[in-house]
Amino acid sequence: MQTDATTLDAFRAEVSQWLINNIPEDPGFLLPQSFMEVGSEEQLEFLIAWQKKVYEAGYLGMAWPKEYGGGGMPQVYQNIVDEELMNHKAPIIFNVIGLGWAGPLILDMGTEEEKQKYIKGILTADDIWCQGFSEPDHGSDLGNAQTRAVRDGDDYIVNGSKIWTTFGNYAKYMILLARTNPDAPSKYAGLSFFLSPMHADGISTTPIQKITGEYGFCQTFFDDARIPASCLMGEENQGWKVAMRTLEYERSVHGGQASTYKFLPIAMEDLLHSCKTIERDGKPLLEDPVVQDQLVQFLIEEKSLALMKERGDIPELCTDYPFSLALSGKLIATELFRRARQYAVSLQGAKGGLYVGDNMAIEGGQWQRGYFNNFSATIGGGTSQVQANIIAEHALGLPK
Amino acid sequence: MTFINIEANTDMRFSEDQQMIQEAARGFCQDKSDIEAVRKLLDSETGFQPEIWQEMVELGWLGMCIDEAHGGSALSLDCLIPIAESMGRQLLATPFFASTLAAQLIQRAGSEAQKTRYLPMIASGTIATLALLDNEDWGAALSKCNLSADGKINGRKVLVEAAAQAEIFIVLCQQGEQQRLVIIERSELDNSAIETHTLIDETKRAGIVSLNDFSISEAQLMPTSAADALADVKLIGALLIAAESVGSTAACLNLTVEYLNTRKQFNKLIGSYQALKHPTVDMLNMMEGARSQVYHAATLLADSQGDITRDAEIACRMSKASANDALLFAGDRAVQFHGGMGFTYECDAQLYIRRAQWSQQHYGDSAYHRKRLAPLILA
Repeated sequence: MQTDATTLDAFRAEVSQWLINNIPEDPGFLLPQSFMEVGSEEQLEFLIAWQKKVYEAGYLGMAWPKEYGGGGMPQVYQNIVDEELMNHKAPIIFNVIGLGWAGPLILDMGTEEEKQKYIKGILTADDIWCQGFSEPDHGSDLGNAQTRAVRDGDDYIVNGSKIWTTFGNYAKYMILLARTNPDAPSKYAGLSFFLSPMHADGISTTPIQKITGEYGFCQTFFDDARIPASCLMGEENQGWKVAMRTLEYERSVHGGQASTYKFLPIAMEDLLHSCKTIERDGKPLLEDPVVQDQLVQFLIEEKSLALMKERGDIPELCTDYPFSLALSGKLIATELFRRARQYAVSLQGAKGGLYVGDNMAIEGGQWQRGYFNNFSATIGGGTSQVQANIIAEHALGLPK
Repeated sequence: MTFINIEANTDMRFSEDQQMIQEAARGFCQDKSDIEAVRKLLDSETGFQPEIWQEMVELGWLGMCIDEAHGGSALSLDCLIPIAESMGRQLLATPFFASTLAAQLIQRAGSEAQKTRYLPMIASGTIATLALLDNEDWGAALSKCNLSADGKINGRKVLVEAAAQAEIFIVLCQQGEQQRLVIIERSELDNSAIETHTLIDETKRAGIVSLNDFSISEAQLMPTSAADALADVKLIGALLIAAESVGSTAACLNLTVEYLNTRKQFNKLIGSYQALKHPTVDMLNMMEGARSQVYHAATLLADSQGDITRDAEIACRMSKASANDALLFAGDRAVQFHGGMGFTYECDAQLYIRRAQWSQQHYGDSAYHRKRLAPLILA
């Protein structure tokens, strides 16, 4: 497959045209800004249909192997699609835990049987995936997970509870971390990793209402739930390293995701448009030099982030702390977005006090909602504070 | 992931030339400028060792971006970046930046006679410098240094890099509405014309050049287009200082990490405390951001053959703003994290916090560049 500039430009143009022709019209209900806030059946149906359409056009999982349903093409093609989805403000590609984490993990560490069974359904959105890592008492301290799985003949019997389960109420499968040996010499040694079904007796979910007032994730309860022993991925009690590998995909340390288009960005033109129409001291906000200065500062940081990704591919320019760029991406991005969204709300003057549902709210209150929702990114997948510890210890070599 | 979807140019490459120069420059600067050598030079008159300068000349660094016809090797500007970064990393201070920028200005806007005379001199190690400021204002639209119709200069240029060492001065003057640049040789100046400043960064040297009824000939005037070329050279200056600062930030970070890994308090290595650990990660991330900006700007300058395109201007200004902020933060936290030792002259953290203060102003502080970025990117 060719990756020369002319071919790629032509491909980009083709994708762009396809998106113009195929992006669905506004459905008339609130669409999620990220995969972590799908809270209603109508949103879910809309997103399943959209993902299916993108997959059937050949624009999803383009770099995954053909024999499992992927496109067998170079990664750069998927990257172009993801960029164009963003440029066209397309609806998000929602099945993220499958496409971004479980899928790459299965392709990387799974058996042939597991690849045959799971990969295609992730791409078609027929199989929605969720993740059972965090527990009510063990969020950042993931290695301390206490949900128990006890082998009983051809099954494991699972007891315990997982929390912040995005898609928990819609998912068919869960990547589940559970304790199989409570007496292991270290807390990490007693954990196992399962590709667990969600539709089994004893598994139930309760949706959790978020700070935005919306839904989007659940608490999942295991009450003597039986799951087949064949769900175990890798060896029993060797689950920690599989979980760590999963987190590396979640934090974008590695490529291999079938799509990375999981958040709707604020378009620069929208931000500038708002800054031209919002008034401060009787003049357009954008004329305020203080506002200009702060906006420029955010744009510098935004560009640094994009440039850091480029530089990651040039090893000669990464000699000081070779792991830093890969490990820092999540922390830098999510914290920047949190600060920038908080700032964006502050730009609205008195209208910063309005919220989604008020017809005078600027851009429908999306910045307010986005600011709140952004905490799912600075907390989920390892809080920023835990990320900073990881970078300090693994990139800088500071002591635990 | 992206917050604001800007259609930004993110080109970045690291050429074979740059790789070779990076290897040579890192090795050279490590060899010649360990911390002991840096400290020995702090109270020296010139701030550098002539034999090291001579070796830099022999390595071709002073003529790197000068045309072949004028004794240089005509490499693209991106080749200067690994040198600047390596110098910053080892705090190796020489008139390299002053000479390089003066050469850029002559090459871009000098008359044929000026190019023929001065470029080969600079390439072979004669020190040149730019005398731009009349006061603290990098953004001054008018110079207070007056050039009269009959060719007399009256004014005082301040913060002139390597003033006491330079043989060639390019002086910014005001002639009515026009900014003019004049080349003056050291032999034309009285000794009393040059005074030295006391600088916050003791590795650097700068001074004052006073010109009282100083008569010049027509041949010393650079063509009128030089004022436009100066705007471009100031952006290249900002980029070079940014690259130097990124190197200094890396060294400052390394120093801090080493201390955090050896110093114990309350029976624990202090690097295990999150109150120190997390800001150290911020230092790292700010440095990585600034370094990315710098090598992107370098790529754009190489692609445009040195022309300052709109994208290149944005990249140079973003580089300087990010590199300023990274080194200011790193130097500040390095002092604090060394505790009582950090407050002493003996602790090397002082070298970086002082460098940070010097470099932030040199070719424009962060707010200066953000102010100029606003019309470019918020339009």
